Amino acid sequence: MSKPLLGILLGAVLGFFDGMTAWFTPEVREQMVLIVASSTFKGLVAGIVIGFVAQRVNSLPLGILIGLIVAILVTLPFALMEDPATGNTYFWEIMLPGALVGAIVGYATQRYGIRKQAA
Amino acid sequence: MKPLSDGLLRRLRRVADLPDLSDSKYRLIRKLGSGGMGNVYLVEDTVLRREVALKVINIPDPPPDLTARMLREARIIARLEHPGIVPLHDVGELPDGRVYYTMKRVQGSSLERYSKSIEPLSERLRIFQRICQAVAFAHVRGVIHRDLKPENVMVGGFGEVLVMDWGIAKLQEAPDEKAAGGEGVASDDFSSGPQTRSGTVLGTPAFMAPEQARGQVEAVDARSDVYALGAILFFLLCRKNPPLPEAEPAFTKQLAWDLAAARAEDRPLSRPLRAICTRAMAWDNSARYDTVTALIADIEAFLDGRAVSAYRENLLEIARRFLFKYRFLAGLVLTYLIIRLLMIFFFRP
Repeated sequence: MSKPLLGILLGAVLGFFDGMTAWFTPEVREQMVLIVASSTFKGLVAGIVIGFVAQRVNSLPLGILIGLIVAILVTLPFALMEDPATGNTYFWEIMLPGALVGAIVGYATQRYGIRKQAA
Repeated sequence: MKPLSDGLLRRLRRVADLPDLSDSKYRLIRKLGSGGMGNVYLVEDTVLRREVALKVINIPDPPPDLTARMLREARIIARLEHPGIVPLHDVGELPDGRVYYTMKRVQGSSLERYSKSIEPLSERLRIFQRICQAVAFAHVRGVIHRDLKPENVMVGGFGEVLVMDWGIAKLQEAPDEKAAGGEGVASDDFSSGPQTRSGTVLGTPAFMAPEQARGQVEAVDARSDVYALGAILFFLLCRKNPPLPEAEPAFTKQLAWDLAAARAEDRPLSRPLRAICTRAMAWDNSARYDTVTALIADIEAFLDGRAVSAYRENLLEIARRFLFKYRFLAGLVLTYLIIRLLMIFFFRP
């Protein structure tokens, strides 16, 4: 599987499951669809960027670092958002799993993704 | 006059049997072995100073057809320049009129012996792939081996695989030459098929396709070699000779039974692998792989954890194969989810 495709798939899958875990937080259960959709979108965007960067960079530590940075940048706006119902922010609850997704996608794209050779 | 002793007679007979290489550039070292048509000797090429194997007809005054056959064999090997086929160096004639040819001296052991020392299934399959590649190359060059068996495959010290003994090979019009519209090679079937070469093939009829064992020379084609390769695969998987293709459906039943009972690395053989072997060894040649290349593709797919053409998987098997192939990724996702759940409970007020 090519690095961008692997990044997209893994980002989307992890983002989806990440959103699904919101079910364990009863106060946000009513917004599950929105949470899952935005989480999947977030993972997808992070996956695309990490996958394409991985095409150019061929280093496992660098791949993980780039994954982490990209995921933090993509997740940050969502983490800073206030819950319209309660006015609370869930900064670390969103940032930590988001960063972890980035690190995993960064690792997987470097380890398992196939780098396309230039024609 | 004193009669000669038995020992002296035996020695004289041995010396008389040795080829006279006095007028050639070769120096005899020792006899390596003998086959149905000729003896093989280890000789030294005194010009290049290297050891080579020399094959010569084992009858002192050979009939012309045997000489022609020997020449044909040499010509067949000469057209097969492939890392998996023993290269031919030279052809010549001894002072007594016997034709000989020299080839690379192969050091190693036959697949029959070598297979006992290899345990990992993947390694056995990689060796099998290399045998298939050599045979596939020969098929493209219009040559059907017709005598593939573990004894005719040598494995060198560095794992190199060499297909030997092309003595009863059949020449067909080469597909690549036919496609290119070039001058095709006329069908050149040796009149003495394998059924007449009892000395060579009687020991291992288990590796002969049913149509070949029945003596249907016209029906023998690349798929007969596919059958023999399937039989070699069976040998590598089950570590014993396959059942004799004597009658249907007993043969197919026995084959399925043996494959189901076989184990590799303490586990039963997987269904796709059994299906590959069964398809290659199908009784009816139309049910076999059409080409050796198709067989190689299935083995490659199996080794890569992809679906094989010989076996139709159900959904559960597809999921299992996918999870096994991407087991590390699946493990990562699972680890992530566990960490995520732990986080939820950690952050819960």
